[in-house]
Amino acid sequence: MTATVDAPTAELGKARLRKEDAKLITGQTNWTDNIKLTGMLHLAFLRSPYAHAKITRVDVSGALGQPGVIAAFSGADFAAEQGSLPCAWPVTPDIVIPPHPPMAVDEVRYVGEAVAVVVARDRYAAADALASIDVDYEPLPPVLDIRTALDPGSPKVHEAGNKSYEWVFANGDVDAAFSDAPVVLERTYRQQRLIPCAMEPRAVVAQWVGDEVTLWSATQIPHVLRFALSAFFGIPEQNVRVIAPDVGGGFGSKLQVTAEEVLAVLIGRKVGKPVKWTETRTEGNMTVHHGRDQWQRIKIAAEADGRIRGLSVDLLADMGAYLMLVTPGVPLLGAFMFPAIYKMDAYSFKCTGVFSTKMPTDAYRGAGRPEATFAIERIMDELAAELGIEPLELRERNWIKHEEFPYTTICGLTYDSGNYEAATAKARELFDYDGLRAEQRLRNERGDKVRLGIGISTFTEMCGLAPSRVLGSLSYGAGGWEHASIRMLPTGKVEVVTGSSAHGQGHETAWSQIVADQLGVPFEDIRVLHGDTQVSPKGMDTYGSRSLAVGGLALVSACDKVVAKAKIIAAAMLEASADDLEFSAGRFSVRGDPEASKTIQEVALATFAAHALPEGVEPSLDSDATYDPDNFSFPHGTHLCATEVDTETGFVHIRSYVAVDDVGVVVNPLIVEGQVHGGIAQGIAQALYEEGVYDEAGNLVTTTLADYLVPAAADLPSYRTERTSTPASNRLGVKGVGEAGTIASTPAVVNAIVDALRPLGVQDVTMPCTPERVWRAIQAAHGQPAHGQPAHGQPAHGQPAQGTEQSGGMA
Amino acid sequence: MIPAKFDYVRPSSVGDAVSALVGGGEDAKVIAGGQSLLPLLRLRLAYPELLVDIGGLDELRGVTDGGDHLLIGARTTHYQLVHDPLITEHCGLLAQAAGTVADPAVRHRGTLGGSIAHADPAGDLPAVVLALDATMITAGPAGSREIPAGEFFVDYLTTALAPGEILTGIRVPKLSADWGYRYEKFHRTAQAWAIVGVAALVRRSDGHVAEARVGLTNMGSVPIRAAAVETAAAGAQASPEALREAAAGADEGTQPPADLHGAPDYRRHLARVLTGRALEAAAGV
Repeated sequence: MTATVDAPTAELGKARLRKEDAKLITGQTNWTDNIKLTGMLHLAFLRSPYAHAKITRVDVSGALGQPGVIAAFSGADFAAEQGSLPCAWPVTPDIVIPPHPPMAVDEVRYVGEAVAVVVARDRYAAADALASIDVDYEPLPPVLDIRTALDPGSPKVHEAGNKSYEWVFANGDVDAAFSDAPVVLERTYRQQRLIPCAMEPRAVVAQWVGDEVTLWSATQIPHVLRFALSAFFGIPEQNVRVIAPDVGGGFGSKLQVTAEEVLAVLIGRKVGKPVKWTETRTEGNMTVHHGRDQWQRIKIAAEADGRIRGLSVDLLADMGAYLMLVTPGVPLLGAFMFPAIYKMDAYSFKCTGVFSTKMPTDAYRGAGRPEATFAIERIMDELAAELGIEPLELRERNWIKHEEFPYTTICGLTYDSGNYEAATAKARELFDYDGLRAEQRLRNERGDKVRLGIGISTFTEMCGLAPSRVLGSLSYGAGGWEHASIRMLPTGKVEVVTGSSAHGQGHETAWSQIVADQLGVPFEDIRVLHGDTQVSPKGMDTYGSRSLAVGGLALVSACDKVVAKAKIIAAAMLEASADDLEFSAGRFSVRGDPEASKTIQEVALATFAAHALPEGVEPSLDSDATYDPDNFSFPHGTHLCATEVDTETGFVHIRSYVAVDDVGVVVNPLIVEGQVHGGIAQGIAQALYEEGVYDEAGNLVTTTLADYLVPAAADLPSYRTERTSTPASNRLGVKGVGEAGTIASTPAVVNAIVDALRPLGVQDVTMPCTPERVWRAIQAAHGQPAHGQPAHGQPAHGQPAQGTEQSGGMA
Repeated sequence: MIPAKFDYVRPSSVGDAVSALVGGGEDAKVIAGGQSLLPLLRLRLAYPELLVDIGGLDELRGVTDGGDHLLIGARTTHYQLVHDPLITEHCGLLAQAAGTVADPAVRHRGTLGGSIAHADPAGDLPAVVLALDATMITAGPAGSREIPAGEFFVDYLTTALAPGEILTGIRVPKLSADWGYRYEKFHRTAQAWAIVGVAALVRRSDGHVAEARVGLTNMGSVPIRAAAVETAAAGAQASPEALREAAAGADEGTQPPADLHGAPDYRRHLARVLTGRALEAAAGV
């Protein structure tokens, strides 16, 4: 399965080393925290130790006498100007969006919420002086379990109650699908709370000069941030410049308008000096928005032969204490993904957004799609077990066949391309699926203490966010287009300006490859500029695997315009008609007379000189283009995971992992490989290691990387990765790859664990599948509930959660 | 991760270090590799006013052959423990356990003495020196003392070191070739602390266990010798079944902690399983 979009070109598909890396690995990176400005002051925030409390008094005067301290403020000092942090996605007309002041004034609603700030000459002095601020709190009851937060007697996070919204979607006759179905399974899955943990912590520098402010921030979204500062905090847009210098990872966590960004701008104006703040890791764990945190009740109805009749999903989604930039919309991005690659007659979805006294949740790598993919791929395995059908066979009986594309799903999405058979066949072979199944049978028969399990994930996802009309229909507050500019320099070199602001993805390399092919200029002659609203004034930034599928297409469109202008000038230079010119590999030549030609560099110089331009032609080849996609793109693939589970200790070892991904046409295989590897690691992290844990008082327990376990290279297997390719229906044939690995891998790993333990009676293990939880699941399945309580009041691990019992059976 | 203010001295002799420590009183702390203390400072969980950096005291570094024992300088790093030929030959358990500590960066900076003096029961080396019947050698205002490992660990992060006293070295009896060993560490990620660790030494004779010593990591507020296992193993047949049976009492007398990675009952279970595995490996069966 190879691409058939265009003839092979010079750069597309080449495993170029990344232009970005020399700088990164030689310590020349310009992180926000490296910025030093004359007279710059440093901020330290005092944060709430309570999950929920009234603030009855804040006295910052004690800090003012401390060495190096210039100023100190509490929330009341900002009350008149700080407004409310924006939520751009009011998903329903009656959604409750509570005010969210950047600094708490009267009440705190999660541990870590900022209540005061010290401004000092250095960050040590600022941190020291925090101890001299007095705050009186009147504790209020925390709200920590969203499953009971909607009960009438529950304490309230906000006066309006704990329900933010209820969003529903349905298509087909769901009642009919379920009413007389031969098999109905219902399960409840837990999507634990995750903490993004980007390598570079958040950092902000704000500098006012007159009435103009420049904000440097470790952000994914300089353009959105500029708009927000202007639209919601009253600074005229033309006076705001936002710079995202080199940014060290985000995974969605820097897709946010944060309290600290807004406060740095306000404080900088108050003190008349540049101010800087860089979070500590502990601060980051507490106050960078978290991800996931859903309870998923999923119900599937099927025929006895495994054909799916209907699917019904009921989500409870923990919003945390406030709605941040896209908090309420994240579960909805998953709403369209539960049916995944499968055909069915009916589907219903309901999501209830619930407030708690925890850090707000928001986008985290995959944002809604990993949750959906997990639930459907887990229950497909359960259905296979229930019916005694081989799990890959069950999937094949239900998936959309390659000849059926384009295919409109039960959600109304049109999948433009895909070949699930091809990806699965390749994965099966690489994995030695049949050999491992044989070994598994043998080990089960022997009753081995270490069991082998095989996990499957035949996933798809939607990326290329997003057609603006679709965003509009979902009540999102902005469009989904992307912008690009090409500047042809007089010497024939090229500056590419992109609105898609990279923070580790490798845009500088990939964009250079695309432009090199489109304009026929050498890769080395191209410079990519981004991440500064003064350099790149228009853009929608980087998230949702949108950069290539949207920003890359904007780039192609901008290149078209350059070529069209250059053609007219080249025609004049060649004394030919533009209609008689063809453009190939950077050269305009007269059809039938290859000797008569001009390179695009020659045309650029002639345009600059402007001595002999045709009548009415401007002396510029530069172009701008804004691209709004007409559909999402749908990467897919088959991931297979083999785990060895030590039934004595509960330890899970990943023995092998095969990923076959179809991301359409590949611009740079090295970058794709990196994204797939990192993505799988992050998905395995959810399956086995990571969980943001609050205790019964609402304190975050996992404040350091000793407690919040991010796996490292030593903990992860060597992946075997391959690709199949069905080109997407856009001009480049590209789909996007930033989140695929994360979306695919979590269910593959958990399915493998359950598959290993199913002969022992285990039906589920709650994520993260820690050794203790795996061990307890085995104990429980043996009918020997483990004695004692699991640590920290967690749900009894491995016990079926409420509602996981099968609600139907063979009729 | 911003430490509070502290004073800092870097003495050039053990005597000067002791004087500085005495002068600093209760608010003074010794720093060597900094792998335990610095995180505490950066998280503001410790507020010493004076750090006495013994990083310049080269006499506290390295391994010397003392005939029937090895004398290991307190500043000897984990990396050196892993690679020193004397350690490998005469007390390989220490090398094996040191190789499981955290990651290469930590092993290059972190020291044996630091790990022992910090006395974190989740640290790997305290249980190992306990199983090795090692002796701690100290220098203090009243001169030098020798403290057996069994008396050194007093409570969580608390040792028998008196105010002003510095751990200078560890004396480890050499083990003859008929001893086998195994450090069985159970943790969720390579860099993480042990949920439970078991340091086992077994001397075999004629297909039986002549003598066994077992130290437990993270099964209480101090490293613990699994006395019931040692008694049960002595004289037992060197077979997996017999050794597993001996390991059944591994959690006797322990008070394992509860944290995110394991409740006490799970740790007790792990101690039994891991002790069985460690004994089997140490006995070579």
